[in-house]
Amino acid sequence: MTFVLLVEQVLNGLQFGVMLFLMAAGLTLIFGVMGLINLAHGSLYMVGAFAAATVAGATGSFLLALAASLGAAALAGALVELTVIRRLYGRDHLDQVLATFALILIFSEGTRWLFGSFPLYLDIPPALSGPVALPFGIDYPRYRLALIGIGLAVAAALFLLISRTRLGIQIRAGEEDREMIAALGVDISKLYTLVFALGAALAGLAGALIGAIQSVQVGMGEPVLILAFVVIVIGGIGSIRGALVGAILVGLTDTLGRALLPVLFGLVMEPAAAMSAGASLASMAIYILMAAVLILRPRGLFGRA
Amino acid sequence: MRREHRLNALILGLVLAVPLWAWATSEPFTITLATRAVIFAIAGVGLNLALGTGGLVSLGHAAFFGIGGYAMGILASHAQTYTPLFEWPFVLEGTKSMPVIWLLAVAASALAALMIGALSLRTSGVYFIMITLAFGQMFYYFMISWPAYGGEDGLSIYVRNGFPGLNTLDPIQFFALSFAILCAVLYLVTRLRASAFGLALGAARQNEARTRAVGIDPYRVRLLAFTLSGAITGLAGALFADLNRFVSPVMFSWHTSGELIVFIILGGVGRLMGPVLGAALYVALEHHLGGLSDYWQIYFGAILLGVVLFARGGLIGLIVGRETAHD
Repeated sequence: MTFVLLVEQVLNGLQFGVMLFLMAAGLTLIFGVMGLINLAHGSLYMVGAFAAATVAGATGSFLLALAASLGAAALAGALVELTVIRRLYGRDHLDQVLATFALILIFSEGTRWLFGSFPLYLDIPPALSGPVALPFGIDYPRYRLALIGIGLAVAAALFLLISRTRLGIQIRAGEEDREMIAALGVDISKLYTLVFALGAALAGLAGALIGAIQSVQVGMGEPVLILAFVVIVIGGIGSIRGALVGAILVGLTDTLGRALLPVLFGLVMEPAAAMSAGASLASMAIYILMAAVLILRPRGLFGRA
Repeated sequence: MRREHRLNALILGLVLAVPLWAWATSEPFTITLATRAVIFAIAGVGLNLALGTGGLVSLGHAAFFGIGGYAMGILASHAQTYTPLFEWPFVLEGTKSMPVIWLLAVAASALAALMIGALSLRTSGVYFIMITLAFGQMFYYFMISWPAYGGEDGLSIYVRNGFPGLNTLDPIQFFALSFAILCAVLYLVTRLRASAFGLALGAARQNEARTRAVGIDPYRVRLLAFTLSGAITGLAGALFADLNRFVSPVMFSWHTSGELIVFIILGGVGRLMGPVLGAALYVALEHHLGGLSDYWQIYFGAILLGVVLFARGGLIGLIVGRETAHD
């Protein structure tokens, strides 16, 4: 494995990581403020991707497609919060798991009914296609580099939102003591809807951005949802900083594991056996990472005791 | 509680009556559906031990269901090709005998549950849900990327495995076998729930601090419950694989874990017969709604949402009222 290839894989891992962060940030916010575990977060990711693919197909504009993904996912999130999620805040986690599992079934089958089972495609905009030349003679896809930039920018904006704005103060207060901020005159149900829609919009944006690299299809949100769970277990539930660190760790571990493990096994095994052993172990690498973090810190890296 | 006992007897009677009636009128497909329901019920009863009695919301029980399934698939496929599984340190041949397969399925899933439980039970609440889900997915992705036993395509077994003295290819005989196992598992769980271990498990769910104060270590009790629960679900997995004569990574997928929880919720959490009623209802809905529309899961999702939001305590709770006595 050459140096150039290694740098490329690290960048791929970073890109994967920041996209996971967009998913995990919403999940961890929703859990931190409302105490809700939302399995349907992957469905909002899918809604964003389908909205983007539809709008891009109709108008040809990638920017409009991104705006549509944000809008559609936020709208779907707010709607779901107002009709279903709202009734789940006081319930135990089992009810939340089941109700949001039911929402996944409804979202997935509803999307299949509307759009059919065939995947849609979302094209990378011309301005972002092709490679970009980096130092040391590395050519890297411009779009993937843009994803890293967008992801980091959204992360920075989210940190500013939470640490500097009035909404951010209310969110942090909500994590601290729900009854107290309601008593202080904050309209808590409006805040909940807003936080849920914000988390949904982030998921939708991630769906649209990833949709341009992969295909847009029913069920695309679920693998990402589960990885986002691994991320927030590693980072610590409720911590945005933990979500960022966890997402990048998971992104790097997964990508580098897939690239490096077959090569490493190749040093001691025959090529064919090394490929399959390396691929099998690589598919488990992030879960092994999660188990290791749990043994050392059961509440995650940045979780509260 | 009396009413619940009568209802339990009624449920079990119905589960037995439907396939017998189908047998009398020679409708083998209905018998197969009933067998499917019974096998799902066994898996649900297993999960309910951890989830209902122990309060451990595991979203990763598909792992044990899948391990049970693959125990059958791997042993039977080796028997089919007359190649041993491994030759060192001792020779292990494949087998087509159900009792041996069950034994290995139970042992393997219990071992997996012990390991997953030992790690996951260090946490609780939402962490536990997410971690069990993640470990379940780990097995799913592992089976997909492991080419030796079919990878994503799974494994087909040409002939159903045998049980001494029975013709397992006859649907009603295989149903009877599955039903007998369900009854045995229900009996075992009833005894477990009434034992000192079961009481300690319920106590740890209701009040961990007090349980600790009387000298019981909740971690050990929960780990034992999780292991037993995984073993029962693994046994169901082996039967399910034999019913279909096919195993694939889908058995490991988290939808399977979700469905197992659905059986419990539909029937009633912590109720002995909850998963049995839930599984029967699920298979019936799957069959009838599936006949009505290709998009039957939309309706199923809506029903599920309705049950979770408005019928707390599931159907058994709806019929016999909320549980007054503690378990």
